[in-house]
Amino acid sequence: MYGFLIAVGVLLLLSIIWMVYRIQTLVSVVKGSDKKIATGSNKINAILFVLFLLGTGILMFWYSIKEFDNYQLPVASEHGVITDQLFWITMAVTGVVFLITHVLLFIFPYKYQYKESRKATFYPDNNKLEIIWTVVPGVVLAGLVISGWMAWSDITAPAPEKAHVIEIMGYQFAWDVRYAGKDNVLGDYDYRLTSAQNSHGVDFSDKNSIDDFPSPVVVIPKGEPVLFKIRARDVLHSVFAPHMRLKMDAVPGMPTRFWFVPTKTTAEMREELGNPEFNYEIACTEICGRGHNGMRKVIEVVEPAAYQKWLSEQKSFIQNNPALAKGLESDVKELAEIQ
Amino acid sequence: MATASVATHDTAHDHHDHEHHDNFVTKYIFSTDHKMIGKQFLVTGIFWAIIGGFLSILFRLQLGFPEMNLEFLRPLLGGWIDESGALDPTFYLALVTMHGTIMVFFVLTAGLSGTFSNFLIPLQIGARDMASGFMNMLSYWFFFMSSVIMFISLFIKTGPAGGGWVVYPPLSALEQAIPGSGLGMTLWLIAMTFFIASSLLGGINYITTVINLRTKGMSFSRLPLTIWAFFLTAVIGLLSFPVLFAAALLLVFDRSFGTSFYLSDIYIGGEALPNTGGSPVLYQHLFWFLGHPEVYIVLLPALGITSEVIATNSRKPIFGYKAMIISMLGITILSFIVWAHHMFVSGMNPFLGSIFMFLTLIIAVPSAVKVFNYLTTLWRGNLIFTPAMLFSIGLVSFFISGGLTGIFLGNSAIDIQLHDTYFVVAHFHLVMGSASFFGLLAGVYHWFPKMFGRMMDARLGYIHFWLTFVGVYMVFFPMHYIGIAGFPRRYYSWTNFEFTNMYTDLNMFVSVAAIITFSAQFIFLFNFFYSMYRGRKATLNPWRSNTLEWTTPINPGHGNWPGEIPTVYRWPYDYSKPGAPEDFIPQTVPLSATPESNLPHEQEQVKLEMEIMKEESEVLVANESKH
Ligand code: HEM
Ligand SMILES: [Cu+2]
Ligand SMILES: [Cu+2]
Repeated sequence: MYGFLIAVGVLLLLSIIWMVYRIQTLVSVVKGSDKKIATGSNKINAILFVLFLLGTGILMFWYSIKEFDNYQLPVASEHGVITDQLFWITMAVTGVVFLITHVLLFIFPYKYQYKESRKATFYPDNNKLEIIWTVVPGVVLAGLVISGWMAWSDITAPAPEKAHVIEIMGYQFAWDVRYAGKDNVLGDYDYRLTSAQNSHGVDFSDKNSIDDFPSPVVVIPKGEPVLFKIRARDVLHSVFAPHMRLKMDAVPGMPTRFWFVPTKTTAEMREELGNPEFNYEIACTEICGRGHNGMRKVIEVVEPAAYQKWLSEQKSFIQNNPALAKGLESDVKELAEIQ
Repeated sequence: MATASVATHDTAHDHHDHEHHDNFVTKYIFSTDHKMIGKQFLVTGIFWAIIGGFLSILFRLQLGFPEMNLEFLRPLLGGWIDESGALDPTFYLALVTMHGTIMVFFVLTAGLSGTFSNFLIPLQIGARDMASGFMNMLSYWFFFMSSVIMFISLFIKTGPAGGGWVVYPPLSALEQAIPGSGLGMTLWLIAMTFFIASSLLGGINYITTVINLRTKGMSFSRLPLTIWAFFLTAVIGLLSFPVLFAAALLLVFDRSFGTSFYLSDIYIGGEALPNTGGSPVLYQHLFWFLGHPEVYIVLLPALGITSEVIATNSRKPIFGYKAMIISMLGITILSFIVWAHHMFVSGMNPFLGSIFMFLTLIIAVPSAVKVFNYLTTLWRGNLIFTPAMLFSIGLVSFFISGGLTGIFLGNSAIDIQLHDTYFVVAHFHLVMGSASFFGLLAGVYHWFPKMFGRMMDARLGYIHFWLTFVGVYMVFFPMHYIGIAGFPRRYYSWTNFEFTNMYTDLNMFVSVAAIITFSAQFIFLFNFFYSMYRGRKATLNPWRSNTLEWTTPINPGHGNWPGEIPTVYRWPYDYSKPGAPEDFIPQTVPLSATPESNLPHEQEQVKLEMEIMKEESEVLVANESKH
């Protein structure tokens, strides 16, 4: 049925094109306009450029203002406030250039459309102008880059000592989360140790791994630095926490990192948005296969006190599954049991 | 016109002696005539554009109408439509991948450079053909092989490559990760190898031809900007494509011979692979070392074509001819040192990120200069809106819109949020995709009379332009909003996340706009093929243009000029020169013939020119007497 309809549609379209074409060729031959340099269409096209400018201009402003709250994601990290600011400064600068150049680009066709009586101005060059419009964009861009560079340097600087260390590991098609535990140091891992019970491939013979624990949700404290240690087990993934303005690829064989300070708890954000269902989310932004669009993880930002309480309630990998400690040296085992 | 007298002080009989006796095969298939090879590239490029466009309609259906029953596509897609009538998610990724590969390489590289570098270089510099007609023919046939292989890969059981057009390993290296990384990826790699060979053969030819075969008087400072653009494009291609070949070769080793260039510490399918020590980021560096220059390989020819078309139809010299050349040179050089701006959050050293941020924003400067120069060319012109002119103005608009968003993405701090979202999709579709596409279309409308001796219908061209111009903005402009909202690229659907669970209406709008825009291209196709056979007969110089190609006969044979190759006496942009009777003076008109319009420094050159002409006529007389 669909096929038939499409075929009819295409046929109709083709015959319309054909008829329009024939009719207007005949008309233009009759009028002799195929011999003129510029026909009446020249004027129509010139006017259409102005109409296009007005139409799309109005549409753009209307939609940008109307939808502002929809596309402007709320921000919930310290550096995110800064990068957002850079974004909107850049938007202002480029917006002005965008408008000016487009007004000129579409007004000129109207203003300077062909007239047989007029001759175009022979104006091949002007070095002064060229220099001006090389230097001015250069200076403006330099300003933008330098502010961007300062923000970038801060964001990518080493994490503060006391940052809460959390490992996020991507695999097809989910994220697994490991907390560093009381010592705030993640234990070693080796991908060859990966198994159904030990999805991170944690090396439990490393003392640092004994207090490491898993969590289905990324719980983090508000106002304190958090360090994501990011890696992947199979192919590339990318950790994207849109409200935190955070993104970093997860690369097999090459651990990466990103640290930040969350500024609003989930509860606060729910209130602010008037949406009791709201959650901070992590998505994957590096194509990784069939389930790429489903790698969701929730981030829960809580008050520092609530965070400490939550931490103390968590059970380590080994407590959850004592079999993991099998075959370990006895002193390590002892340590694990005391925990 | 004064043109003809200089161009054809005739030795026509001289040429008849070695006129080729072409049969069908040597004329249309294994042709070594640059004009025919250009047309072969064009038709193949159009074929690929239809395929690539059609694929995008398929995945736009999924994004705009996720609930839609696609059962009617089963005859075409077979098992890729599941029982409930939905598109398979893996196949969705394959569609995206093939769309990108086809558009970037097969349409906008081969279809654009292949067509116009081939067709225009000899015609505009005054040469009989390319330096090596045979290599040129090989270039097309390598491309053809590549096309056949890529096309076949669309139909194999496990589907074509599906790791994105950048085919990052490990995804592209491991069959366990995605079915498209099996045979589909193998075919992709083979096809791209042929493609690279084709590009290199073509590029070497373009460079050699421009350097060595320019006609008398055609100095580099008198080359049309089209030729400058094709020349620099070829240089970029020659230097960057081999690096893609290296990247692909190492990937082949990793896939088939157990090496670990890109693979390390991988546990997949319940099994730990033995590879250690490789780096997926290495691949990204190699890929983008081609990948970024590639965007200029695609864009520069379009800008070259635009310069020519805008100057001709403004009846004004292009403003800042030298500045345009310097900008293009700057872009050429800088395009090699900005690649890592695609990798700010790939995990590479953030210090590198800083360096590449500075370099990237430098490249925006020559781009801006070009835009200002186009605007000034339009200023106080006498504008004739041929379809080619409309598409050129459209190109400038896209170049501005897409170029400005590059300033966001080139700023690594801002790119953290925008990387791999729809903002990037909007950016490169405007600045690279649509701008280059408009360059291609402008070129076809402008040089159709030279290619086929007939005119395309202007009115259909106008309709085509306005539908496409509005359509492209309706498709890609909304993507900025979606991107700022954080919607990731290459998502089969956005319903799994709360933050992307909106804008279904906007996505539907985009999809409808895409379908309309795609359909509008059939107006062009009709116009193109119908005019080829039935269009109005072209005149010798329908746009009253200055460049050399319009001094050839309406249907130039192999060798282009029946007689002597014309000599060039001036730059190609003497439009509306004060004092001149007409509003254009072709390059073949000597300065000595136009004392009324010469500028002071040109008046000085007249003496020199006289000497050359005297010498030339002596040679001519000598030649004549030999017969
Ligand atoms: C004004 C100058 C430009 C700047 C500053 C710029 C900057 C960038 C940056 C930083 C990215 C990476 C964004 C990301 O993935 O997060 C990007 C992506 C891209 N740009 Fe540009 N760009 C400019 C002009 C161009 C031009 C002229 C073209 C094409 C002719 C182009 C084509 C592309 C393409 C194809 C991508 C997407 C690659 C991918 O992720 O698959 N850009 N641009
Ligand atoms: Cu993914
Ligand atoms: Cu780039």
